[in-house]
Amino acid sequence: MKKQHHIALGLITFLVYVFLIGPLLIIMAASFGEQSALVFPGKGFTLDWYVKVFQMSSFVNAAILSLEIAFAATAMALLLGVPAAYALNRFRFPGKGLLKTLFLSPVLIPCIVLGFIMLRYVISQWNLSVISSLLIGHTLLSIPYVMRVITSSLANFDFAMEEAAGSLGANRGYTFFHIVLPNIKSGIASACVMAVINSFNNVSLSTFLTAPGITMLPIEIMGYVEYHFDPTIAALATVMMLVTLGVMLLIEKTLGLQSVV
Amino acid sequence: MQKGFRKWMWLLLVVPGTLFITVFMLIPLFSILFSTFMAESRFSLENYTRLFTSVYFQQVFGRSVRLSLLSTLLCALLGFPSAYYISRYSRHKGMMMALAVFPMFTSPVIRSFSWMVILGRKGIVNQFLVSVGLFARPQSLLYNEFSMTVGFVQLFLPQMILSLLGVMDSIPGDLTEAAGSLGATRLVAFLRIVFPLSISGLVTGAVLVFTGCMTAYTTPQLLGATDTQVLSTMVYQYAMSLRDWVQASAVAMVMIVVTMLVSHVFNRLSRRINPMAN
Repeated sequence: MKKQHHIALGLITFLVYVFLIGPLLIIMAASFGEQSALVFPGKGFTLDWYVKVFQMSSFVNAAILSLEIAFAATAMALLLGVPAAYALNRFRFPGKGLLKTLFLSPVLIPCIVLGFIMLRYVISQWNLSVISSLLIGHTLLSIPYVMRVITSSLANFDFAMEEAAGSLGANRGYTFFHIVLPNIKSGIASACVMAVINSFNNVSLSTFLTAPGITMLPIEIMGYVEYHFDPTIAALATVMMLVTLGVMLLIEKTLGLQSVV
Repeated sequence: MQKGFRKWMWLLLVVPGTLFITVFMLIPLFSILFSTFMAESRFSLENYTRLFTSVYFQQVFGRSVRLSLLSTLLCALLGFPSAYYISRYSRHKGMMMALAVFPMFTSPVIRSFSWMVILGRKGIVNQFLVSVGLFARPQSLLYNEFSMTVGFVQLFLPQMILSLLGVMDSIPGDLTEAAGSLGATRLVAFLRIVFPLSISGLVTGAVLVFTGCMTAYTTPQLLGATDTQVLSTMVYQYAMSLRDWVQASAVAMVMIVVTMLVSHVFNRLSRRINPMAN
């Protein structure tokens, strides 16, 4: 009886994982097919689609833009978020709860609405460029990650260390960079990884923010699959998934996957 | 001077971020909120009455809620046994977590696209159904509420599994063993101990899935059609195709209010019923 119950649960779990991972494996397998239509199971074996992906300048340019925005927005979010997280954990002042909510609030607003307000105000009304609106929008997306992770890192930090450094003659700036920052650097790293991945994969916000020659990678892919159904996208997806896998292995080796989810 | 500076230093640290969020998010949000209550430059509820009395909007809103509820239910039904198995019996817990995280880190465009390959006319599901004789000839299983639901469940199931694992892992194993040694059957131990202690994780997960489905754009855009619009694709259509800022804003406001209300009410509930928190 005990054994059976165990096996039934195991079987359900196995099927659930097939449902989660199987489609992604099918895409990977289909990327090697020789036919020009995307089918699974495919016939033959070719790497031509991989060559084609890297020859398509629209994908390459979109990927470069997506990476640039993801890293720049994460850097902005750190510059704005780390000092605020430090202040909110270190000092006592009125309105702390409200400010904390404010820094976490972008996550409460649906991305599609954030994208819409970028288009409606930042681009149409304030006449900022599409690139700036992408940077601003993606920074908003990343601030809550920084806030949440840095707050929990600082919760484990003993601020008495700071006072000790101060009493030994270190000034506040020196203490922050030499005492506080090294203690929360793994938190900062986790926040960066999450923010970059989230920004790189974002569709709902970026979908409003395109201009001739300026398109983020996920939007470019969505546009392509509306009209084409060939293994090029499967090849591109496989490359992206291999990068994701590499990043996950790196996280597991350094920070532990638990720290980012 | 030194003392005064120290007293006000927090202000210097929080101001840049506060300004950034206020200028680029709060002011635009309040502006669109304000604009939805204006018609012919005076206060009016006209935009909302027009929206809520439109049959088209009612259908779209109903579809969004229906598909989100259905997907949440399916995620709970699939996620609960899986999380329970992983937390209790699996010898490769780390691996199972990594396998749940991997799709979460994979672009939603790719995940929706994979269903276009599988459920399409030439996809394996059709090949199978034709070969066993259920379908006379291949037919598209795409661009309808079925394919959207499949996409939603696959998109948000990892969140459900991870939030359930979070609470299930904190239930001490001794607890069920103690119940067993006191004469409780496995079923009773499960129903009286594991299930009640897991409800808070279930509610947290359900809020994530529901709000995720209500606001997801990629999946309905790729796996749905023009006659299966949801709130997010409606915002996009009003804003980009029709350039109707006011109606787009009104739909956006409905999305914000519904998702915030649901997450506020249920997250409070989840905290209230979590016996481990007390």
